[in-house]
Amino acid sequence: MRRGLYATAGLMVADRVGADAFAAVTQPASAATKAKAKSVIQVFLWGGMSHNDTWDPKPEAGYEYMGEFQKAIPTNVDGIQMGELFPALAKQADKFSLIRSMTHRNNGHETAAYLMQTGHTPGERLAYPSVGAVFALFKWPQYKGIIPPYVVMTQAQGRFSEEGFLGPKYKPFATGGDPNANRFEVEGVVARAITDDRQKNRRELLGKMNTMGNAMAASPQVAAAEESKKAAYDLILGKGKEVFDLSLEKPELRERYGRNTFGQECLAARRMVESGVPYVVINYPGGWDTHSNHFATMRRQCPNLDQGLATLLQDLKDRGLLETTIVWCAGEFGRGPKVDWQPPWNGGRNHYGNVFSVIVAGGGFKGGHVVGCSDAKGEEVKDRPVYPVDLLGSIYQLAGIDANAKLPHPLGAEAHVLPSAAEGVKSGGLLTEIM
Amino acid sequence: MRTLLLSAVVFVAVAGGASTSETGPNVFESSVPLTPDGQIDKLVFGKLKQLKIQPALCSDAVFVRRAYLDVIGTLPTAKEVREFLQDPDTKNKRRLLIDRLLEREEYADYWAMRWGDILRIKAEFPVNLWPNAAQAYHRWVRACLVENEPYDKFVREMLTSSGSNFRVGPVNFYRAIQNRTPEGIAGAVALTFMGTRTDNWPTNKLAGMTVFFSQISYKPTSEWKEEHVFWNPLGSNVVTASSVPGKPAIAAIAQPSNTVTQVSIPAPADNEPQRAIFPDGTKVKLSANKDPREVFADWLITPRNPWFTRSIVNRVWAWLMGRGIIHEPDDIRDDNPPSNPALLAYLEKEMTAGRYDMKRLMRLILNSKTYQFSAMPKVTTPEAEANFASYSLRRLDAEVLIDVINKITGAKDLYTSPIPEPFTYIPDDKPAVAIADGSITSPFLTLFGRTARATGMENERNNKPVPAQWLHLLNSTHIHRKIDQGPKMRTILDSGRKPQEIVEELYLTILSRFPTPDEAKTVDAYGQVQVIKSPPVRKDGKTIQQPDKTIVVKRRDDWVDIAWALINSTEFLHRH
Repeated sequence: MRRGLYATAGLMVADRVGADAFAAVTQPASAATKAKAKSVIQVFLWGGMSHNDTWDPKPEAGYEYMGEFQKAIPTNVDGIQMGELFPALAKQADKFSLIRSMTHRNNGHETAAYLMQTGHTPGERLAYPSVGAVFALFKWPQYKGIIPPYVVMTQAQGRFSEEGFLGPKYKPFATGGDPNANRFEVEGVVARAITDDRQKNRRELLGKMNTMGNAMAASPQVAAAEESKKAAYDLILGKGKEVFDLSLEKPELRERYGRNTFGQECLAARRMVESGVPYVVINYPGGWDTHSNHFATMRRQCPNLDQGLATLLQDLKDRGLLETTIVWCAGEFGRGPKVDWQPPWNGGRNHYGNVFSVIVAGGGFKGGHVVGCSDAKGEEVKDRPVYPVDLLGSIYQLAGIDANAKLPHPLGAEAHVLPSAAEGVKSGGLLTEIM
Repeated sequence: MRTLLLSAVVFVAVAGGASTSETGPNVFESSVPLTPDGQIDKLVFGKLKQLKIQPALCSDAVFVRRAYLDVIGTLPTAKEVREFLQDPDTKNKRRLLIDRLLEREEYADYWAMRWGDILRIKAEFPVNLWPNAAQAYHRWVRACLVENEPYDKFVREMLTSSGSNFRVGPVNFYRAIQNRTPEGIAGAVALTFMGTRTDNWPTNKLAGMTVFFSQISYKPTSEWKEEHVFWNPLGSNVVTASSVPGKPAIAAIAQPSNTVTQVSIPAPADNEPQRAIFPDGTKVKLSANKDPREVFADWLITPRNPWFTRSIVNRVWAWLMGRGIIHEPDDIRDDNPPSNPALLAYLEKEMTAGRYDMKRLMRLILNSKTYQFSAMPKVTTPEAEANFASYSLRRLDAEVLIDVINKITGAKDLYTSPIPEPFTYIPDDKPAVAIADGSITSPFLTLFGRTARATGMENERNNKPVPAQWLHLLNSTHIHRKIDQGPKMRTILDSGRKPQEIVEELYLTILSRFPTPDEAKTVDAYGQVQVIKSPPVRKDGKTIQQPDKTIVVKRRDDWVDIAWALINSTEFLHRH
């Protein structure tokens, strides 16, 4: 009888805003039934990760381009190679596909992030919602879980992953806290400095001190309030909190993910997906904006990314979740293929939106393929450009979200999930070769 | 579940122990015998007698809290509660408190919020008043409330004003409408001032009324987003040479970013007077020399009008009582009859006799025993509810809730509007009820169901509980910080006073009453239990082992938990 926490809230929103604004939300039944993907895990490499040093190695390009990482390593798929810093991911290449021709030619963090998160051209009159907010909008009506439908670990990236004109209800639920800490303190769910014992004591105290509530327990209003309070406590002290309690996992598995913040975020993301959360974002802790000190940063961060992501794919596969879970991993752009050796960079790489690489896996995306390619030095797209609308459009299609569906704009403006070709947005076509 | 049962048992004990001269069988009800007092009571008690319901009077403690929340939208301070409860003038003190509250400064803020919902005072989406105009509109409404302007005059000004949306507040009534066509305006007028929804009117009835609003025009000025609302009998602002048909040329030239909703104005036939029909069926010929809005207003605001007075007394009754005599209060129609027609007729008579003095009407209702019933229902049938057998329990409105939490903790909140740039911030010592513009908000207000001010309907505000609200109240850092570190809460928790005094202060501040002896015991028992070993005593050559003693030690966190529990109680979160 009791509805899930956010299922109820979602219905309430629809009630309040009125049928008009949300009329557009109805999906064609066919799209929804064919959908393979139930959940999405997006690893956002904000700051922009180098493609040459990672998933599109160019050993022949030499020191000028490749700096310290001139070696490429084989993967478990014939003919696909990766950068030397990704040995674990190389063993999972059959589970994911590499897009090596991602492009939008935009070199500003905010504008490029907006492009990659919305598919819309920055600087237009409307501020579109991110892909996660669009998932929340379309998946909320069916969603029965008690955790919010659009979660970000651990902090939202400001306007990089926001609700746009959909309004504050579609803001991502930012967990806060650190999943690698002894206790993952999730805002509103696991309170800072309040132990479980204190939580229980407080709840008992409230029960005793609630003189009027107890005296009026038969009143329908009081009963309804108590019911929803119980649902909240299910999240604070029951099943919901358990999703965030990583100590319930085997220590061996936690080690495999890596005992660092990113590794444990991957584990927490898997637990959320297991409990049905439609869209989980991991904003990579620390970021990838390596203008200087680039190679040292890569040596420090790539192993965590490699280990966490590889274990996530394997773990999802082992649990039969990879079939229904899209994992995609990208920054807002790549980094300059030519190393900036001169001061003040002293071996750094700059913003680069002309070509970069993306990993997609699961939820209907085939593994073991490479889509498109860059030229010999990783400077331009050589074959099969993939634009943001192509990537996001493919994700929406696999999840049964109609990319032409109208979004409820507060001022009644005509707004759709993705821009159409008629709007002059560049497209290389959906990723049908790996779907 | 077990906790709840146990607590219920405890409650019975509390009820017994808490009896004082004033409180009755429990702390929420009065022991004073309930007798009808005045015409409202006579009419309501008569109905309840038919239903065989014996209502109960609320206690003084409940009354003081209720009156503050209902009249000025905030809680009394601990000092104000003490003074009221200890005032020996039991015969007059409720009446005198009502008089004092009606003159408080917060009265205008609180009621401007209520009217702001109905009049849709909001800068952006979906009515697009624009910030300056929303402020002007609100300023005018608030000033009317400060002056206690008679309601008929208040309405007439809105219906007949002309001028700049930035300078003449009431003209914004015509702009704060999503659908600014003559039909849309007629629908808004009917909803707002006649308490009736035109959706299910016969088409000719609405068409007849629409004519009165067919000669309103909007004209932009060279000031960004400024617009003049005026009577335009000839539709003369429609400049045919304009690049956009029907759009004033000046807008296209001077204000490319201003999207003016253009009213389609049916051009009057050559000097033929237009025929309009009042909603009661009376036909009228409109003269070319008189603004038809004036003609309509003159018809509307007379005491003889079957909707006008009825609508406002029913609305005010619903605002104070939680339910209209006709329910919902903006759904007056023949097949939705009043639950107590005589009561409604009596209030209408009083309203016209008092020349539409709003405070007089409120005073009349607030002083009735009916308003002062206990909130604990004796019977929960729909008839009991429709006949006001008990005061209606309602969760505090979003704005009031955050304001009272800030008031008792001494903390502050930030309210902002993201559109249009530059962002709007308002001073953080301003309470949420005093926010003029519905576009200025906070995550808390959104979460707790503040109305979007899109429709002007009473039910747009949503006070139904959802679990996400509980997560916030029970467990967010936002609320926890206020309780733990709010400067006012600190003066209580860190005062170094005796525990009994701290408990008393917490109850007076948060629940506006003294704790019952049993509640004091519950609080007393909360904390860290410490066992104190008793040393053996030698007596008559034998060693006797004394039983160990246990004491409860309270750390600061325990006090925080106690304040937290009071804030999360049903009693705190509701008007009762």
